[in-house]
Amino acid sequence: MLIDWFTIAAQALNFLILVWLMKRFLYKPILHAIDEREQRIAKELADADAKKVEAQKESEEFERKNKEFDEQRDALLTRATEEAKTERQRLLDEARNAAEVLHAKQRDVMEREQRSLNDEITRRTQKEVFAITRKILADLAGTSLEERICEVFRRRLRDLDGEEKEGFAEILKTSSDPVLVRSAFDLPSEQRDGIQHALNETFSAEIHVRFETEPDVISGVELTANGRKVAWSIADYLTSLENSVSELLKEPSKPEAEPEAEPETQTGPKAKSGTQPAAVEEVE
Amino acid sequence: MHLSPDEIIFWQYGFLKLNATIVFTWVLMLVLAVGSKLITRKLSSDLKRSRWRNLLEIVVTMTEKQIEEVGLRNPKKYLPFLGALFLFVALAALFTIFPGYEPPTGSLSTTAALALCVFVATPLFGILERGWGGYLKSYVQPTFVMLPFNIISELSRTLALAVRLFGNMMSGAMIIGILLTITPFIFPIVMKALGLLTGMVQAYIFFILSTVYIAAATRVSKPGPEAEHIEK
Repeated sequence: MLIDWFTIAAQALNFLILVWLMKRFLYKPILHAIDEREQRIAKELADADAKKVEAQKESEEFERKNKEFDEQRDALLTRATEEAKTERQRLLDEARNAAEVLHAKQRDVMEREQRSLNDEITRRTQKEVFAITRKILADLAGTSLEERICEVFRRRLRDLDGEEKEGFAEILKTSSDPVLVRSAFDLPSEQRDGIQHALNETFSAEIHVRFETEPDVISGVELTANGRKVAWSIADYLTSLENSVSELLKEPSKPEAEPEAEPETQTGPKAKSGTQPAAVEEVE
Repeated sequence: MHLSPDEIIFWQYGFLKLNATIVFTWVLMLVLAVGSKLITRKLSSDLKRSRWRNLLEIVVTMTEKQIEEVGLRNPKKYLPFLGALFLFVALAALFTIFPGYEPPTGSLSTTAALALCVFVATPLFGILERGWGGYLKSYVQPTFVMLPFNIISELSRTLALAVRLFGNMMSGAMIIGILLTITPFIFPIVMKALGLLTGMVQAYIFFILSTVYIAAATRVSKPGPEAEHIEK
């Protein structure tokens, strides 16, 4: 007999027990564990997603801040550079101005010094030249300097000719004022007479002369009448000398350049003729 | 030579007896229960798990998936019953690799018992799911004339279920027994391998047919969400 009813019943019971056992020990715990794990994985994935989103947000924020910072830094740098440039320019300008002011002041001072030095040199030279000339004349020619000056002046008067003479004659005729003769020294009476005589002789008339002593007329004699002048003085020589000296002072590196003591070169239109340091010129 | 392990009787006391079928069934039950217990002993939701546990998880999830694919909407409800059927039949076939072992499924008593369980479980699940009226109505579908045929179908398929499994398992054991007497080398091994394969196939067939029966009992003419959707 293939079918045993007791065995069937026993096997059915066995199977039902097996079902319970499997449910108890296998399916329930396994399914539970799987569900739990799936939940956990889902949760972790969700967490990871959230974290990713957050990280992304933070990264973007960081990038934005970085960019902002860069921009600010650039702006600050640009501004600082601009300010520094402006400040530098201002300081440079200030320094330049100060330097210019200083330079101008220094130049003024130097010019003043130069002038006073020149004046001093002129004064001394004049003195020395007079002294030397006076001595030389006294020693060699037995005459005085003033005497010689007056003589030269007289000769000049007599030598007047042409247009100059006519001009003077015209002035002397029309003018009621006396002719002014200025000299650096007091003219003795014989000299005065000599000059008067020379004038009368030259213009063939009685000329009224007024004599004045003027230290400015450096060791010379001059005749002025209504803007016209006949003169002889040592001043032209002195000017020439002064120029030579200042050129020497200005160019200490060129000691070779020897200035020539030619009064003509300096006096220009004053020079009348030859080596005579005399001038007849227009006085405005 | 015996056709069924029922014939190997270890102990008998009148009506009660302890034959090889029952004993080997107990052995299988013990192995299954103890093995499950051992493997699921340290269950945790950790992502790291042992190979044995992975094997069990694969078996469980595959079974669940199969039940769902056949058409049962709540596979967890049927999983213990159907899963136990599959595991028992499969393990009974698998253990044939041990010498001296007689598969309990090679006994018509066992297969009949299993088929009876399915025979009882099918209307039980149907009634649980749809109520008495709903379930009994399925016997007069599509017309009242079909009632006797439906009842015959119910009985015959239970019989077929029992005999199919018994025939396959018994024949496997028989063939090996016969071959051993004819060609004791090589061929029995080939047949054994073939027997393992047919055993697995039979386990699957038994399991899937039971699932289909239960699905038919619980689903027929029941307006589920899908049906409602179609009606709309």
